[in-house]
Amino acid sequence: MKYRNSLSNRKLNIVFKWEWLLAILIIGISIVNGRLSPHFWSYTGIMDSLAVFLEKGFMVLSMTLVLIIGDIDISVASIVALSSVLMAMSYKLGLPMAVAILVALATGAGCGYLNGLLISLVPGLSAIIVTLAGSSIYRGIAYILLGDQAIGGFPSWYSYLAWGYVGKTNIPFVMVVFVGCAIIYGLLLHRTAWGRKVYAMGINPVAARFSGVPIAQMKQIIFTLNGLMAGIAAIFLTSKLGSSRPNIATGYELEVIAIAVLGGVSPSGGKGGIVGVCLALILMRLLRYGMGLVNVPGQVMMVIIGIVLVGVVMLPNIFSSRGGKRRTKEIQ
Amino acid sequence: MMDEPAKTKREVTFSRLLGFRELGIIIFIVLISVLIGIRNPRFLTWSNFHDILIDTAALSVLSVGMMLVLVTGGIDLSMESVLALTGMVAGMMVKQNPQLSPLFMLILGLLLGGLLGSITGLIVAKGRVVPIIATLSMMYIYRGITFIISGGKWINAYEMPDSFKGIATERFLGLSKLIYIVLVVYVVFYYFVNYTHTGRKIYAVGSNVEAARVIGINTEFITWLVYAISGALSGLAGVMWVARYASAQNDTASGFVMTIVAACVLGGVSITGGVGTVSGVLLGSITVGIINNALPMIRVSPFWKMALQGLIILVAAIVNIAIARNMEKSQLKRRTI
Repeated sequence: MKYRNSLSNRKLNIVFKWEWLLAILIIGISIVNGRLSPHFWSYTGIMDSLAVFLEKGFMVLSMTLVLIIGDIDISVASIVALSSVLMAMSYKLGLPMAVAILVALATGAGCGYLNGLLISLVPGLSAIIVTLAGSSIYRGIAYILLGDQAIGGFPSWYSYLAWGYVGKTNIPFVMVVFVGCAIIYGLLLHRTAWGRKVYAMGINPVAARFSGVPIAQMKQIIFTLNGLMAGIAAIFLTSKLGSSRPNIATGYELEVIAIAVLGGVSPSGGKGGIVGVCLALILMRLLRYGMGLVNVPGQVMMVIIGIVLVGVVMLPNIFSSRGGKRRTKEIQ
Repeated sequence: MMDEPAKTKREVTFSRLLGFRELGIIIFIVLISVLIGIRNPRFLTWSNFHDILIDTAALSVLSVGMMLVLVTGGIDLSMESVLALTGMVAGMMVKQNPQLSPLFMLILGLLLGGLLGSITGLIVAKGRVVPIIATLSMMYIYRGITFIISGGKWINAYEMPDSFKGIATERFLGLSKLIYIVLVVYVVFYYFVNYTHTGRKIYAVGSNVEAARVIGINTEFITWLVYAISGALSGLAGVMWVARYASAQNDTASGFVMTIVAACVLGGVSITGGVGTVSGVLLGSITVGIINNALPMIRVSPFWKMALQGLIILVAAIVNIAIARNMEKSQLKRRTI
């Protein structure tokens, strides 16, 4: 009874309501932004403002999987920093830039693999504590390697990654890569048996294990993917900034988790989808764009993002708590 | 009646193993102190030891709050920001009213921190937001509010009255007043956790929420309470911190939550809840304090601190799990069937 209820509710809420709500909010904020700035409603304006935000999008895609299985990864921002620093250092040591980019990818995937290994290998060691320690270790290593210095002076073609356009069109290169990744993740999560297993793990890990889902192996893959996406984010972020420092990407973990949760992903697992998350990414960017137009400082933006995150998780709980109490009374 | 002897036996092994754990930390402290003392003899002087105690004062107050939250199975990442916000408010108040008494400021820190903590507690207990999400958000929210109220400016040493800075600099019987604050906090919480109903209920909630609810414990209230307490202690630590370093900044204690978690995990607090002692946490805090103090003394760059703390958290958490599993095994072996 309870299960059927929650299933039909989920279908109703997620497929018919949540994505539409996000779409309506996006249109609403776009209208406000259009009022605030006459330059908002232009193709290049929208494309460019989205493109500078997309490095977070890469992390959101894989964070969605992590949250759906009911875990959390707060080390992603530190993995970005370490990948970026290692990439910059290997370039400074004389490696070609293309190889340095591979170093960033390998670092990201390696850190993610390490997280996954510890979480799946030591039973009782939760993702919270591993990634909390990881967030200190990875950024700490970046600090040990680089101290308070910065490395810049990358080859000129490298800045094309974040700032360039595809061919002669005016489609940003990052956009193409991101849409490609989003489609891959969407297909993986919604159109494969593997994706169904991800949801199964989030809804009921014990039942999933007894129906033959290889929990440890799945966690290993998902956390490695999350690290890899942080590595990709590091490449584009460093390209955007033009230099690498150990303190880049501070606070990204909050925003990435906030975007995923805003997109309908439940932090307790089992709920959410890629479409909602992509809409939430656009929504968050437009929100930031609008706040930038009215000169809201970065620190205040973090306050607003925090309130949005808590609010989105809390409000449905408060509204459904009455129903929950009634249901337990009926059972009694 | 059949259960009686088995139960007492189990309790004996339990307390013996806990004692063993604390003895382990003490041996570890002595060992690293001697090793560092060999590298740098100045480490083993009374004045340096006193310095370590003063530097650890805020940390040890914070770890008690974090311990209570961890015991319920949650985590409070917002402590460092509550500390910064309360410290900033205290700094701004003594800047404008230098006649305010230090005791009043400490109590104000407790109250303001308690207020901030109870907001977090309400979100976790009533709003049923996962602790990590709720406190991660509050960490950035309170940090942002610190920035907003200060307008991005610092409160410097010369803007603070001597009486306020005296919280850290003045001595009583040869010991800094900060150490007495820590002593009071530990005595109060030792009593609270071990000898009051509410204190024991925290462990009940952490060991098994469902069972606690069934036997009539108001789990929502207990959950709210631990966040309120951790907030209050963060507020107290905020005033201590600002008095000690004689400056209130926007990024005060940024990233300090790692140190707090490290001290707790090192002191034997289980991340999954239900396990943790006040005495263990004190030893854990002192160990972290010694390591932080010793790093510059043996000429390790301060950039190592961050990675080292993460490593400590990880290793200590794994050791805790191994100890808990061994304990379970020995209990199963001793069980009379």
